[in-house]
Amino acid sequence: MALFSVRDLNVSFTTQDGMIDAVKGVSFDIEAGDCLGIVGESGSGKSQTFMAAMGLMPKNGLATGSVQLMGREMLNVSIPELNSLRGRDISMIFQDPLTALTPHLKIVNQMEEVLRSHQGLSGRDAEKVALGWLDKVQIPEAKRRLDQYPHELSGGMRQRVMIAMAMLCNPKVLIADEPTTALDVTVQAEILDLMVGLQKEEGTAIALITHDMGVVARMCRDVHVMRHGEFVESGSVDEIFSAPKKDYTKSLLTAMPRLDSDDAPHAVAADAETLLNVDDVMVHFPIKQGRGLFSGTVLLKAVNGVSFDLRAGETLGVVGESGCGKSTLARAVLQLIPPTAGAVTWLGQDLVGLTSHALKSRRKDLQIVFQDPLASLDPRMTISASIAEPLRTFRPELTLAERKIEVAEMMERVGLDARMVNRYPHELSGGQNQRVGIARAMINRPKLVICDEAVSALDVSIQAQILMLLKGLQDDIGMAMIFISHDLSVVRAVSNRVMVLYLGRVVEMADRDALYDEPRHPYTKSLISAVPIPDPHLERTRQRLRIPGELPSPLDPKAALRFIPSRLTSDAAYQPRLKEVSSGHFVEEHDPLETLLDRPA
Amino acid sequence: MFGSSKKTIELAEAVNEQAVVGRSLWRDAYDRFTSNKAAMVCVATLGCIVLFTLAGPFFAVWDNETIDWTAMGDVRGLGAPSVESGHFFGVDDLGRDLYSRVIQATTTSLLVGLIGAAMALIVGTLYGIVAGYLGGRIDGLMMRFVDILLAIPSTLVIILLLVVAGRSFIMLFVALGAVSWLSMARIVRGQTLTLKNRDFIEAARAAGVGEFTIMIRHILPNLLGVVIVYASLLVPEMILAESFISFLGLGISEPYTSLGALIAEGAGTMAYGTLWQLLFPLFFYVTIIITMFFIGDGLRDALDPKDR
Repeated sequence: MALFSVRDLNVSFTTQDGMIDAVKGVSFDIEAGDCLGIVGESGSGKSQTFMAAMGLMPKNGLATGSVQLMGREMLNVSIPELNSLRGRDISMIFQDPLTALTPHLKIVNQMEEVLRSHQGLSGRDAEKVALGWLDKVQIPEAKRRLDQYPHELSGGMRQRVMIAMAMLCNPKVLIADEPTTALDVTVQAEILDLMVGLQKEEGTAIALITHDMGVVARMCRDVHVMRHGEFVESGSVDEIFSAPKKDYTKSLLTAMPRLDSDDAPHAVAADAETLLNVDDVMVHFPIKQGRGLFSGTVLLKAVNGVSFDLRAGETLGVVGESGCGKSTLARAVLQLIPPTAGAVTWLGQDLVGLTSHALKSRRKDLQIVFQDPLASLDPRMTISASIAEPLRTFRPELTLAERKIEVAEMMERVGLDARMVNRYPHELSGGQNQRVGIARAMINRPKLVICDEAVSALDVSIQAQILMLLKGLQDDIGMAMIFISHDLSVVRAVSNRVMVLYLGRVVEMADRDALYDEPRHPYTKSLISAVPIPDPHLERTRQRLRIPGELPSPLDPKAALRFIPSRLTSDAAYQPRLKEVSSGHFVEEHDPLETLLDRPA
Repeated sequence: MFGSSKKTIELAEAVNEQAVVGRSLWRDAYDRFTSNKAAMVCVATLGCIVLFTLAGPFFAVWDNETIDWTAMGDVRGLGAPSVESGHFFGVDDLGRDLYSRVIQATTTSLLVGLIGAAMALIVGTLYGIVAGYLGGRIDGLMMRFVDILLAIPSTLVIILLLVVAGRSFIMLFVALGAVSWLSMARIVRGQTLTLKNRDFIEAARAAGVGEFTIMIRHILPNLLGVVIVYASLLVPEMILAESFISFLGLGISEPYTSLGALIAEGAGTMAYGTLWQLLFPLFFYVTIIITMFFIGDGLRDALDPKDR
């Protein structure tokens, strides 16, 4: 008898366009202490399967079949009956820990609520249990966190609180719905470690829903690959990864860029001219702190002295965790945000301080592709109007017919069906919209394209297609790219050189292979070691490098010295310098790794 | 590289032939609106009233100025609504034909509503979009000005304007327009502030589109939904305001009349058994206001972006 068993589960939704079958006859079991992975792309029905099992269906949803927890039927039972199970024997953690926590309740009150309804605990007793769990999920300064509100915590800490809340009543089954998707890699690694620990210590069975094959390889014993509401393939992790039987599984595995793949970036001519030179660029935002009479402004140093240059046809990857200033840097280069200091030289001419009119003529060669494909397109414009917009600006001499032809050619080039010219963004999928965004950026054949997390919002297979497209366009047009992403494997797949940003500063910059094979800076090392690789054997043997402590606030003046704590006592205003350790390999000063690891958090 | 080669021309032609017509958000909104039964009934009702004001005069036996001296002598008896006497809606206290007077008043009220709302729409949208888009100190100045004007009771402003500049049609429109654009400007500014930080505006800027063009091409069309909804709700508000002022005796002066003025007259003679003098204008008035609100509601359901 399995602990949690689902038999022939069907989920369908009544919508205006008729019935939609989200889940079609899915069956699986989870044994005690096991970790089961459900992998699939968006819309595959993986979340709906568990939402239905938990009774969290919208009104227009209908679920049939059977879901049993320790032999007790859970599907379509009354809410009070379900509530006695939910939170006690089975609980769930969600992708976005901020929206899953009630904003106006302190952490302790949220946790007390669960304890009161299931164990009748309140006041001191509840607080004690809550504190115990916060300690178990390794939240620093747990006692203080109890009295804080969700918005005061970082993303990683919120997810820890969510896990602590889910574990309060020692549930038999923990359902984790994309628990680490919204988190940075290093935080993701810590949360995954935490879940493995809980699984071992408490014997909790985990159902892990994810789109990331790397996470599955690291966490799970058995996997189900889901597509269009059905299981495509099921089996143990080793079988699925080493000998996938179905084409879809294979394509999922090959589509994902891997840190250890042996592809080579496309070559840059040795004599390529330098297009762009960025010299010591800073972007500071004044932030108001405090209230009333005592308010003052503090400078948020989003980008704090970044220098690099870029040659024609070259791709520079920029990686870093959220809040490190990647996107601000991109906007400063394009002069969408005026830099506070420093110079951006484009083809020998400084762009900083140019009038908007003078800048406009340069914009033809400087383009950007955004992260969110839907938000970056005007919802009231047809996609062809969006693609044609740069043409209207820079080549007003074109007639309407000529412009149409240009757009049609470009759409064909980026793989959009020509019949879609009159479609609106909301009618297209994310991948198609991103193609539109790329077509818009490419239509004037720019010399530089900045991709700001251009593939981060897309499914793995779509992501691979878009990366292919970008590489192909680079071969055709020969533009240089600045490829910004938080995903180290994706950056590795496209870049010639890679720059690692940490709180507005470059900590390491080197050729791709030099950076990934021999990272020098502790931060780079910890980033690379945190990335999961879709290979279960490798994942089990890999050592993770964890640098103690949370990512400090960028407003903290001491944050820049996190990797050089020896300076903290002597000279707190010290700015670490970038040093060239070998040809083209720059590393910021830091203390030896051993001393960093020995420091208390 | 374009236009000349045969292949590309063929390509362009093929595109034109097979192109799928996309469903714009406007089209979606239109479909949602037409499937809203209450709103559609109201549109039909309002259409009938407009038709009545246009076609009604051709059936009138009396015009709105001529005094029927015989009916005037016995308003309660001879002046009652009847088909034979030609006074379909009866006569008013002075013996004038109420049928023609109601048509005249309905036209006035509808015009007041439309023109007042249109003025609010144009002035408020332009003002709000400029303030919101430019931002910073200009925004602060422009909005403080609006705040100051909003702090003065609007009825007082209208009455003062009408008293100082004389009671005329033009002055009434000016007075209503002068107070109605304020809240419109605020709404538009708020919308502009959220829109201007959206990615697609940055994308347009990166594509070299000028600031003015961005305002016209990208911000304005995305604002229109909200603006239309608010303007449609402003129409009945304008009619209400005008009626209130006319009821006080400060609105449109004779020989012109409006529904508010007619209702005031009718209410004055209620006690003398001539209830029709109140009921006919009141019927048109209430119908217009209710249908307008329902239409505005329907538009909001259809255009509200939160629905999507």
